Amino acid sequence: MSRQLFTFNGGVHPEGHKAESNATPIRPMPLLPRYVVPLRQHIGAPARPLVQAGDAVLGGQMIGAPEGYVSTAAHAPTSGRVVAVAPHAVPHPSGLFDLCVVIEADGEDRSIDFQPLDWRKLDPSALRNRIREMGLAGLGGAVFPSYIKLNPSGQTLHTLILNGAECEPWITCDDRLMRERAAEIVLGIEVMAHTLGVKTILIGIEDNKPEALAAMGAAAPSGMEVVAVPTGYPGGGGKQLTYTLTGVETPTGGRSTDAGIQVFNVGTAYSLYRAVYLGEPLLSRVVTVTGHVANPGNFEARIGTPMTDLLAAAGGALDGADGEIVGGPMMGFDLMDQAAPVTKSVNCLIVKDPVRFPPRPTTLPCIRCGACARACPADLQPFEMYWFSRAKDFGKAQSYNLFDCIECGCCAYVCPSHIPLVDFFRFAKSEIWEREQEKHGADQARQRHEFKEFRLEREKREKAEKFARAAEKNKEAAATTTTDATADPDAEKKKAILQAALDRAKKAKEAVTPRNTDNLPPRVEKEIAEIEARRAQAEAKTESGEG
Amino acid sequence: MISAILVMAGIGLALGAILGWASVRYRVEDDPLVEKIDAILPQTQCGQCGFPGCKPYAEAIAKGEADINKCPPGGADGVKRLAELLGVEAKPLGEGLEPKPKAIAVIDENTCIGCTLCVQACPVDAIIGAAKQMHTIIADQCTGCELCLPPCPVDCISMEVVKEDVANWKWRYPVHMMKREA
Ligand code: SF4
Ligand code: SF4
Ligand code: SF4
Ligand code: SF4
Repeated sequence: MSRQLFTFNGGVHPEGHKAESNATPIRPMPLLPRYVVPLRQHIGAPARPLVQAGDAVLGGQMIGAPEGYVSTAAHAPTSGRVVAVAPHAVPHPSGLFDLCVVIEADGEDRSIDFQPLDWRKLDPSALRNRIREMGLAGLGGAVFPSYIKLNPSGQTLHTLILNGAECEPWITCDDRLMRERAAEIVLGIEVMAHTLGVKTILIGIEDNKPEALAAMGAAAPSGMEVVAVPTGYPGGGGKQLTYTLTGVETPTGGRSTDAGIQVFNVGTAYSLYRAVYLGEPLLSRVVTVTGHVANPGNFEARIGTPMTDLLAAAGGALDGADGEIVGGPMMGFDLMDQAAPVTKSVNCLIVKDPVRFPPRPTTLPCIRCGACARACPADLQPFEMYWFSRAKDFGKAQSYNLFDCIECGCCAYVCPSHIPLVDFFRFAKSEIWEREQEKHGADQARQRHEFKEFRLEREKREKAEKFARAAEKNKEAAATTTTDATADPDAEKKKAILQAALDRAKKAKEAVTPRNTDNLPPRVEKEIAEIEARRAQAEAKTESGEG
Repeated sequence: MISAILVMAGIGLALGAILGWASVRYRVEDDPLVEKIDAILPQTQCGQCGFPGCKPYAEAIAKGEADINKCPPGGADGVKRLAELLGVEAKPLGEGLEPKPKAIAVIDENTCIGCTLCVQACPVDAIIGAAKQMHTIIADQCTGCELCLPPCPVDCISMEVVKEDVANWKWRYPVHMMKREA
């Protein structure tokens, strides 16, 4: 381990609180009576539901198909019956409901036949396709579909970094996973390295996890280097870990792949092992339950496990509990509804108590002390970005590289005025995104409108030309025949067809909406008459339009 | 399979070419100020400003014939940006012009008789369907201008307000206890 390490600027050293949950092995969870599987668990387009209420499903059966490029599948966690495909509480900072498949377990826990993959023989693109169907997504938090990250797509990659830093306080799921399942993680890493064609493999683990370092070191074959990195938040941020290990800085707006480096979480490597060696889709993940609970620890929870059941498995919240955080205390968000399920992105559930998680003190004005800028690992100037975000001057905020902010929370952590800086940055970012989308929509609309005008223009011209030609012909023929210029022989027929269609539509409408036009007050009668008149008018217009 | 892809690609290229050609051929020699104003307008083409579309309104503003506060879909934000562009004072939206929540048109497909009247009315070609076929609105392309509502002879088009969901949700402006700030 003689690798030279680089130290990124900024960062903070909050209390780790790892010991609360990392002393006991990962515990399995009992089979639950009910699971809720959201169809949008990853970044990108939600999966398209493949089942409906009443369908019987088996464990591992695909219930949501990937839709579009950036998307991945969702699967039934056990055998049973679909009771609903409907909006349901999900772990999201908004507290809004999202489309979920609710499954009632039959208690038999039967599964589909899992087919292991011969990954060395399989064509890389076929392998990626299978991984997409197995629903693999990054388990480190960003939940980006894994199959995309496993595609070098023209870029030459030379280094694969495995992120086992787990820098955020309280979270220990990767720590336990590395201690207990190092051999499997290594098998998963081999598949990654094979698919990406990389030469160097680095496994970065913070030096506050000696057991995990030892376990991974023992399991790693030659060619995989396990590196202890200094403990410090956010040492496990993708850009920060990449810099620490290689000295390569990810450019503004760029990705580490531009520099030939791909980063995966160790948990993702483990799920890749299960997918390839056992043929099992992503059905479960390790979740830390900690804080103010009776029995903190790590749990192997099926995707779709309601948070209430997860809490119960950890012995339940203790007296005086004061809400829950999904994720870590630095980057997580408050859980709005305990009915929300564990998803692929949920790595930790912290029960708050008023002592260790006191309410945020009253915000004071910014004194421009610069502490936030010194703490920022992305070398930004948070106080400037705050100033302009607060004033809703988004252009200016953006000019201070707002979009390089990784929302790590270091700035807010050190701010002596207790300003919720990250909240302002998230607000500003989503406003800017919306504007960009609106702008894009407006540009599209303008183009479509211009094209329509052009089309109408062209049609008019073509019609005119046709008439001119026809007139010419008519003139020639006029010598022999006299035509009735006004009567369109088709008019009567067209009118009849339209009338028939209108009658049909009326019937159809009556069929869906029961007729309730008897004994109506005169006001409504009048309205109906007006509508009928409008229809008649429109009808007349159609005719003249078509004639 | 290959031929299907080629055909689709071909159609795409051809349409693209037409579009490109059209944008060059049918460009009225534009005043750059009109372009800039038009870029701020929301392109709903709804006519609520009293002009037959966003571009004509932009032209009227450029000539100084129309006020900047006539576009309800653009809202107060749009007025502000126009004011900034033209170096004038921002003002509230004009009398009786209220921005509505964003909505898109939906066709009741059971009732539609396929008369194509709505297709002719839609300024952005967001409705698809041929004569006597059921018609559908492409939600992504509908600007919510409501121009397709009046022509429909069976009143089967209605406006549905776009609901907030996990995908389009935005972080709120932070409400935090602020001690008096200068
Ligand atoms: S740390 Fe807080 S008070 Fe100091 S400059 Fe940054 S935002 Fe202002
Ligand atoms: S949240 Fe953003 S601005 Fe604040 S320290 Fe982290 S990267 Fe810097
Ligand atoms: S579908 Fe209707 S509301 Fe939507 S853009 Fe077209 S005409 Fe306007
Ligand atoms: S105008 Fe109404 S009936 Fe005619 S095609 Fe459009 S939706 Fe259907």
